[in-house]
Amino acid sequence: MLEQQLVNGVVLGATYALFAIGFTLMFGVMGVINLTYGVYFALGAFAALWSTQGLGLPIWAALPVGALIAGLIAVLLDTLLLTRLRKAKAPELASLMVTLGATLFLYAGMAAALGTEIRRFPAEVFSGGAYSLGDVRVGTTQILILAAAIVLMLALLALVRGSRIGLAIRAVAENPDAAALMGINGALMLRVVSFLSGAIGGAAGVLVGLNFNAIQPFMGEHMMLRGFAVIIVGGLGDLRGALLAGLLLGLAEVLTAAYLSSTLKDMIAFALLVATLWFRPLGLFGRAAAKRA
Amino acid sequence: MWEALDDFYWTYQSLIHGIGVNGILALSVYVVLAVGQLSLGQAAFMGVGAYTGALLSVKFGAPFAVSMVAAALVPAVLALIVGGPTLRLTGVYLAIATIGLGEITRIVFLNWDYAGGALGLSNIPERGGVPAIYGTLAVLLVGLTLVARSRVGRAMEAMREDEAAAGVMGVNLPRYRLVALVVSSAMAGVAGCLSAHVSSFIGPNEYGFEAAVTILSYALLGGIGSPLAPVLGSTILTLLPEVLRPLADFRLMVNGLIIVLAVLFMPRGILPWRIARTG
Repeated sequence: MLEQQLVNGVVLGATYALFAIGFTLMFGVMGVINLTYGVYFALGAFAALWSTQGLGLPIWAALPVGALIAGLIAVLLDTLLLTRLRKAKAPELASLMVTLGATLFLYAGMAAALGTEIRRFPAEVFSGGAYSLGDVRVGTTQILILAAAIVLMLALLALVRGSRIGLAIRAVAENPDAAALMGINGALMLRVVSFLSGAIGGAAGVLVGLNFNAIQPFMGEHMMLRGFAVIIVGGLGDLRGALLAGLLLGLAEVLTAAYLSSTLKDMIAFALLVATLWFRPLGLFGRAAAKRA
Repeated sequence: MWEALDDFYWTYQSLIHGIGVNGILALSVYVVLAVGQLSLGQAAFMGVGAYTGALLSVKFGAPFAVSMVAAALVPAVLALIVGGPTLRLTGVYLAIATIGLGEITRIVFLNWDYAGGALGLSNIPERGGVPAIYGTLAVLLVGLTLVARSRVGRAMEAMREDEAAAGVMGVNLPRYRLVALVVSSAMAGVAGCLSAHVSSFIGPNEYGFEAAVTILSYALLGGIGSPLAPVLGSTILTLLPEVLRPLADFRLMVNGLIIVLAVLFMPRGILPWRIARTG
């Protein structure tokens, strides 16, 4: 029983970690809490749903489609909403408020256009069956989710930490003006980051939609609470922290639902968030990343 | 003449209540914005105030005054627990913590059987009404205008424009933020209590993310140059769906769009004048 819960918890935690790693990347580079992130999450899931239903693509092909579409929409929204504020060097709360208004607009628009009923992937997506290892059953879908989440996270970490583009991105995050003087195209790097984090968010949407087999426009809104908790617990802008905190949250939620109560499960994220703010506002690894006022 | 007024009141009762309650909510978010912070928990504080007041009235038959005081105190304590630790950090932390608070209060109300669970609380006695709502609004408007004109108001404006400079000038930033957050949450709680006692029913889904963003849009449309500005914003946004019926279905989209346009193109709102100083 416990082993089974641990497996489920790791799968859930991997999706949380993936969701949060894109969110925290966006904050780390742009210095903006971009609330439209939840919209990319939902749009990625819808794009994958349409490609499996409409185009008949298998799920491993629908995942990149969802990520690609979410990434492109992220670039578009970022250009529409934040370029102007960035030029004016507006305070971070102004940017947060713009994305907040856009989020309300987009959720309401999506609910009107797509309907709020829960949609499901076609049955053949789940035809892979399950493997048994002693008492533990692991579904092929679960393996796919876990593998995809791990591959994507490792790829992102490798890109940010080990490539020239990653170096340029980190330079822009550190100091945009100095980066520009070194010949880095800052505007382009911001687009790259928007695309990357949007795509990660979209991919997380596909995987979470797959994990619960439930897709609807407001799925991103509910996920955002977990996203906030994970990026605060992990430390704002800290990729490794988000990864670890996401896994922890997934495990904590599954274990609470199994052994205590499922109502309590929904509160864990918030309890972790508040506890972190009280006792360790810099997050798990506590680098000086969190700016104090 | 009086009969006509009476008719008018009965027809537009809920709208008249709504304008007053939303005015108080607009002022509550103004108090936080005025010190350069962003709270997205106003709807949650309102909900906690509404549930506190309504539970006291329905289950314990408490006098209205007791319900009101409790409806101000409980959200204030909650604001301290959730917002307190963020006040020494940048504004992003308070915004995140209060969004989280909004989601969690919804879950709590939804699962709290004593308070009606998903069905909400009904048969709340009718108390207060127009005199209490508009009396509170008037008192708050006058009080906040006096504060804005004083030394405190000048310190608040300094914080809003440049935190570092204000801090260097000797403004105690964390203390101002703390007082602003507590006062603002108490105001939102009172608004919730007042509105619960004129609508006779409250439900767990009335105080979610959409409500929080809508309350913020009041202040962003009106501006925060003076306390009158957010009230003007809330009045316009409350009347708009009534005047333009076709807009009613797209109310949330309109509110969202107003926030985006207001921050991008009208950062000082439609009533940008600053208040004259005395202190």
